[in-house]
Amino acid sequence: MNIVFSVFQQTMFFTIPLLIVALGGMFSERSGIINIALEGIMIMGAFVSILFINRTQGVLSGQTQLILAVVIAAIAGMLFSLFHAFASINMKADQTISGTALNLFAPAFAIFVARILQGVQQIQFTNTFRIESVPVLGNIPIIGDLFFKNTYITTYIGILILILSTIVLYKTKFGLRLRACGEHPQAADSVGINVYKMQYAGVLISGAFAGIGGLVFVIPTSTNFNATVAGYGFLALAVLIFGQWHPVRILFASFFFGLMKTIAASYSGIPVLASLGVPSYIYKMVPYVTTLVVLVFTSKNSQAPRAEGIPYDKGAR
Amino acid sequence: MNEAKKKNYVGLMSSIFAIIVGLLFGFVVLIISNPSQALPGFLTILTGSFTHGLKGVGQVFYYATPIILTGLSVGFAFKTGLFNIGTPGQFIVGAFAAIIVGIRGGFLGNAQWIVAVIASMIAGALWALIPGAFNAYFNVNVVIACIMMNYIGMYFVNFSVKGSKVLFDSLRNQSLPIAKTAQIPKMGLNVIFPDSSINGGFFIAVIAVIAIHILLNRTTFGFELKAAGFNRDASKYAGMNEKRNVILSMMIAGALAGLAGGLLYLAGSGKHIEVVDVLASEGFTGISVALLGLSNPIGILLAGLFIAYITAGGFYLQLFEFSTEIIDIIVAVIIYFSAFALIIKTFMERLDKKRNGGKKA
Repeated sequence: MNIVFSVFQQTMFFTIPLLIVALGGMFSERSGIINIALEGIMIMGAFVSILFINRTQGVLSGQTQLILAVVIAAIAGMLFSLFHAFASINMKADQTISGTALNLFAPAFAIFVARILQGVQQIQFTNTFRIESVPVLGNIPIIGDLFFKNTYITTYIGILILILSTIVLYKTKFGLRLRACGEHPQAADSVGINVYKMQYAGVLISGAFAGIGGLVFVIPTSTNFNATVAGYGFLALAVLIFGQWHPVRILFASFFFGLMKTIAASYSGIPVLASLGVPSYIYKMVPYVTTLVVLVFTSKNSQAPRAEGIPYDKGAR
Repeated sequence: MNEAKKKNYVGLMSSIFAIIVGLLFGFVVLIISNPSQALPGFLTILTGSFTHGLKGVGQVFYYATPIILTGLSVGFAFKTGLFNIGTPGQFIVGAFAAIIVGIRGGFLGNAQWIVAVIASMIAGALWALIPGAFNAYFNVNVVIACIMMNYIGMYFVNFSVKGSKVLFDSLRNQSLPIAKTAQIPKMGLNVIFPDSSINGGFFIAVIAVIAIHILLNRTTFGFELKAAGFNRDASKYAGMNEKRNVILSMMIAGALAGLAGGLLYLAGSGKHIEVVDVLASEGFTGISVALLGLSNPIGILLAGLFIAYITAGGFYLQLFEFSTEIIDIIVAVIIYFSAFALIIKTFMERLDKKRNGGKKA
């Protein structure tokens, strides 16, 4: 039973960042803007917020510091994503080009600045954020072990983001308008919706989420930040499509990926899998192969927003 | 000026504009981070490649060879309406096929390097066949399929190299060196550029550029591939086999990226496949090269040389205590501004109008 709990807890560490970032990508794509820059924005968010943790060590610690870092990561991601929004909305630039530029810029910038500030590119931090057991809730049998032990506050932030995203997207005026802009911006415009504003909102939300996602990815899995998030931004894109641009399906998709990643990382500690003697590389490949296979079956009737990737031009018919 | 020429001219102007902005941005970053060293540092970026004379120039061609080809791969796919972000995967499986032949194919004698180069192209093409076919028959998003194939390729190559007794050097955690006969001949280039790693691979890259240029602009087949890129339904309606065209486009793009991997690892410059879980950066650089070269084969050749040139110059930056990442920053800014081609075009049209005394150009 203990193995099940520890695998589940591990899985959460991989699932939550994917979930948050893919939800961010969802807001952007639902507004009609492809955001391939998620990887770069994650790096930027993680870089600025980990730097903050590094600099305030000794003054701050624990949950206060982490929550402040989350806010800073969101702001950093949002500001960085402004470049993507400006290029793809105002300049009507090719969205993959500006996204690629951001992906290239972020790690180079993080290394360059880190070297100037402290000589080496790795930014160290002390992890004072792990919650051994949530008071009261951690004592509930099974559920307590699964959800409230050996965890981080960021896990709950991720779940909160999921709930809020679902409500905002489907139960509010804003969500309806955002979705309209991704499906048929001309129609949205004709009923008085400011398409440019909605697309800015979509990209900025994705920037904030991707920034948070970067921080959330680094905290439980490392003790330093080395200007990389290991391709999680690209994985989040896959999760987004795997989840068919739908919040709850995105949750399942990211959980699936998280589980596979966990198995690849820790299968030798799981007796059943260790005894099979399958090389670790097979487990590492499984999530990607499965995604491909699933896409084969689901892509025929893809739910992709219709107008995504096409710069909106008021004058065009 | 006729339409096509004018388009190239506008493209060239916007690329030059982007390069100037990118370099200025880099200069400003250098000034902010260390004012006293900024100017010599910046000059090093611009001229560092010449530090060691002809040897340095030879190195630029050597660095340019793989990124011209990955750039050509991405650019060719762009022309046919596909975003081939799968170059890192195609690159590494190409390299893997090349080193298998390079290590095990001793019986081939002097033809060994040729077979190894061909093997790299076939491997890259097969790796790209999967996303192409999935897109054509199951409507799977090419970008996502390519991203998946990148990781599968990387893990597959690491797994195969590490698991093989005849390919793996367990002391160094990398592939074994290839045979002498598998190294690409220098083809006289070592006489012009002594001591550099340049080799005949550069000629192969140039031939590939010319071949793709002819294919895209002078053949019916190339026209069909481009037509599928503009409007897949229309090309189907016009009687073209649009599914076959998508698959062939991806395979050609994959072969180019695979060739890039083959040429780099057969260069005889001491490159080995290292068993680390990192995607091949040459693949991603190819995207930058293609974007800066506006997906035009000749443009890609120049863009590849340019990026190789400032990258080589950047190596000497460490003398001034700047890290070489400034080059990536500059390239990123260049790419970002090259996306603004539309603005440049409007600006130039306005200029044209003024010249013609208000008449429509």
